[in-house]
Amino acid sequence: MSKDSELDALFGGSPVAGMGSSDQPSGLIASDGGAREADESDLPRAWQVLEQVMDPEVPVVSVIDLGIIRDVTWADGHLQVAVTPTYSGCPATELIESEVCKALERAGFRAPRIERRLAPAWTTDWISEQGRERLRAFGIAPPSGSTSKRSLLGEKDEISCPHCGSHDTEVVSQFGSTACKALYRCRSCLEPFDYFKCI
Amino acid sequence: MTDNKNDLIEYLLRLGDNAMINGQRLCEWCGHAPALEEEMALMNVALDLVGQARNWYEYAAELLADGRDADQLAFTRDERDFRNTLLVEQPNGDYAVTTAKLFLFDAWHLHTLQALSASKDERIAAIAAKALKEATYHLRRSGEWVERLGDGTEESRQRMLAAIDELWRFTGDLLAGDEIQQRLATAGIAADAEAVASAWQATVEQVFGAASLPVPQPASYFYLDGKRGLHTEHLGILLAEMQFLQRAYPGATW
Repeated sequence: MSKDSELDALFGGSPVAGMGSSDQPSGLIASDGGAREADESDLPRAWQVLEQVMDPEVPVVSVIDLGIIRDVTWADGHLQVAVTPTYSGCPATELIESEVCKALERAGFRAPRIERRLAPAWTTDWISEQGRERLRAFGIAPPSGSTSKRSLLGEKDEISCPHCGSHDTEVVSQFGSTACKALYRCRSCLEPFDYFKCI
Repeated sequence: MTDNKNDLIEYLLRLGDNAMINGQRLCEWCGHAPALEEEMALMNVALDLVGQARNWYEYAAELLADGRDADQLAFTRDERDFRNTLLVEQPNGDYAVTTAKLFLFDAWHLHTLQALSASKDERIAAIAAKALKEATYHLRRSGEWVERLGDGTEESRQRMLAAIDELWRFTGDLLAGDEIQQRLATAGIAADAEAVASAWQATVEQVFGAASLPVPQPASYFYLDGKRGLHTEHLGILLAEMQFLQRAYPGATW
């Protein structure tokens, strides 16, 4: 199935999740666009819907790619989604939760519930291969290797430039434009770039 | 568990207040930091801390069950009710003072969170395990700056020495335990103050050594006590700014 027809099937032709927003109460959204009300058998479809919900700060990776959706279950007639924040103070946490809810409601899941789950703590190891590729294509170097004491304690990891691929890069600051990124510079092409740091 | 409830609330408020006041103080650098990268770094650290504070406050609020939420704990308690350590309420001073303050706190924070990650209280362990990853980056950054300034130019070294001299007296309050923490530590819930203090000492010696800075003698008795709400004059002024909006317009949201 192509991306477009997949979207049409999921949303009945309504705007892509995260792109449009609606302030209508949830009951109306469920019937809006002609989508039927979802039930337990639609659980796999919920995952497909979530694949279309993008991170508001890095709009090329989905919440699934980021690994922050920990569980999707059906309980008491409602879809329940366990979301874990990337950082304790990530200002996008509430926005992501609300985007997840809106996308699910548009796809016919009535009043989905969000559970904010802290343990186990999110790690960049959970970012999918597809997510890493999309980050790179967006100009953000994906986290290098897996999380370990070693990377946290700052022993040098090889970070390749997302623009030219050179390994000759240097850190400018451990803290970049958002909590999850560090600021790097490429010594070969001289371009600065963001690095999605390992945690 | 219920026997420990009051102790637990008290301990959670200490953790929350430490993160909150440190984060609020750091935010004062917004728009004033010496370099753009430093400003972003400080604001990122502050954001982590405020997020951690919210996690601790939310847990405390649930246990208190008196109708107050995390926001109200942050914005409507008076100075005397804050349980943060004296170090974090100190003014930012020059960049050496801010750096030294952060480093002395980060070293304590890291070892405390490490211990709390293994807490028998699952909620504490979860919040701590998350915060620990962030605190590791904080310590790495502040430690590198202590080294850079301590072992940099004659001017930066003098400033760092002066900063340590000014702040060292608050480290006694930072490291001290009390009977509340001891009871919780015995129950496997809180961090053991003495174990944290000796790990802190080792980290400070290591970084000061790399920066060729002398490690002062352990701080002697100081007449104030952050854990009991006895603060320096700086906290009240900080709170006046931090709490202004919720005090002037109670319950305001936007």
